[in-house]
Amino acid sequence: MPNTTSDVPMIEAHGVKKRFGHNEVLRGVSLSVARGEVVAIIGPSGSGKSTFLRCLNHLETIDGGHVAIEGQALATTDERGHCRYAPDAELRRICAKTGMVFQHFNLFPHLTVLENLIEAPMVVQGVKRDEAVARAEALLAKVGLVQKRDNYPARLSGGQKQRVAIARALAMQPDIMLFDEPTSALDPELTGEVLRTMRELAEERMTMLVVTHEMGFAREVAQRVAFMDQGELITARPAAEFFADPGHERARAFLDHML
Amino acid sequence: MDYVLSLLGPLAQGAAVTLKLFFITLALAVPLGLVLALARLSRFAALSGAVNGYIWLMRGTPLMLQMLFIYFALPFVPVVGVRLPDFPAAVAAFALNYAAYFAEIFRAGIQSVDRGQYEAAKVLGMNYGQTMRRIVLPQMVRNILPPMSNETITLVKDTSLIYVLALNDLLRAARGIVQRDFTTTPFIVAAAFYLIMTLVLTWGFQRLEQRYAKHDQ
Repeated sequence: MPNTTSDVPMIEAHGVKKRFGHNEVLRGVSLSVARGEVVAIIGPSGSGKSTFLRCLNHLETIDGGHVAIEGQALATTDERGHCRYAPDAELRRICAKTGMVFQHFNLFPHLTVLENLIEAPMVVQGVKRDEAVARAEALLAKVGLVQKRDNYPARLSGGQKQRVAIARALAMQPDIMLFDEPTSALDPELTGEVLRTMRELAEERMTMLVVTHEMGFAREVAQRVAFMDQGELITARPAAEFFADPGHERARAFLDHML
Repeated sequence: MDYVLSLLGPLAQGAAVTLKLFFITLALAVPLGLVLALARLSRFAALSGAVNGYIWLMRGTPLMLQMLFIYFALPFVPVVGVRLPDFPAAVAAFALNYAAYFAEIFRAGIQSVDRGQYEAAKVLGMNYGQTMRRIVLPQMVRNILPPMSNETITLVKDTSLIYVLALNDLLRAARGIVQRDFTTTPFIVAAAFYLIMTLVLTWGFQRLEQRYAKHDQ
């Protein structure tokens, strides 16, 4: 029986390594996220933040270390350094516990907003259309886009697209939400509406891991802030503490530069 | 005028052969081309390489030669050798040839779909088949409409090649009458037949493009 009691971390990454060719992008990153926790990952671009996030739901395959979601092993590495993934069907089942929001939204352009939301529940989970539509409409109400349900994504602003993308991920009823720089592709005046939606999600005690450049969001919404640099997770400490004193030279330099 | 009307019957019979070849070729070459395109994009190098070789062979030699080969030479090839009647031989050559061209169009169409679409489908739990069927191929269709329009119009006209197997397509029917009556009028009427067929195709593809354009609105 999979252990899903609340003391098991929702995300448990240990010593995660990733190379692209000769470029070592992750040099043994470890992070544990508890149920209902919101963790912001910050750091300079090229530090491996997004890659790390993508290793947690198998968008990237890791070259070493362990990843477990809600106590179930996604990938493990034996003592000889051979990295092994769970079998395909199980992999999909484990990854289904996570939802993801991308920097560039990746909405399906050939489907309306509503269709974007009901597609995966119907096709993957076998949910009946009526039920999927009801679920989708509730989520659209939550992100404030009911009136856009029959529009195609091309008609939406960036902020609206990202809110639809959040609703689409939630439609699969994940336990964990991964955000990969969700506001980086948006005009500054549109980031607010997306951050507001994310803040509401955090208030509902959704477990969230957010790669972001929004220091305001990290400070106000995240319980913990993880700082990454050059493929290493330098420090992960409570947000208030981190912003008061990052406790590490490179983190301090980064903060000084950002704020 | 009466003479022109008198041509319509025999030329319509020729046009029926032309259309029959056209539709059967499409019905076979589109699915085959799709399978070839997916195989060409496969991670398995052997499969992808084999399809590459096939496409090179089919695009690198004349369709007429392929047709003559299937009709005259295939019966003598060991193991796979079969003797096909004239029309099935023509259909086989056309389908195999056009599948190669379609495969390249489909491949380009599939590759023009953004990588993020695959990632979005994957994180939503879709497997390869679901991702292709529900997300990638519908977007591919939109991308390939202009080149497919081109290719199907070419196919309408390529059907005239089957005269080498003594099949009475539209052009051969017209030529027969030209030689019998010593007038070139049947050619002009045949041209009108071709133009109507391509007009319908052009119009159909325009309608399709308009339908897909609503995704941008």
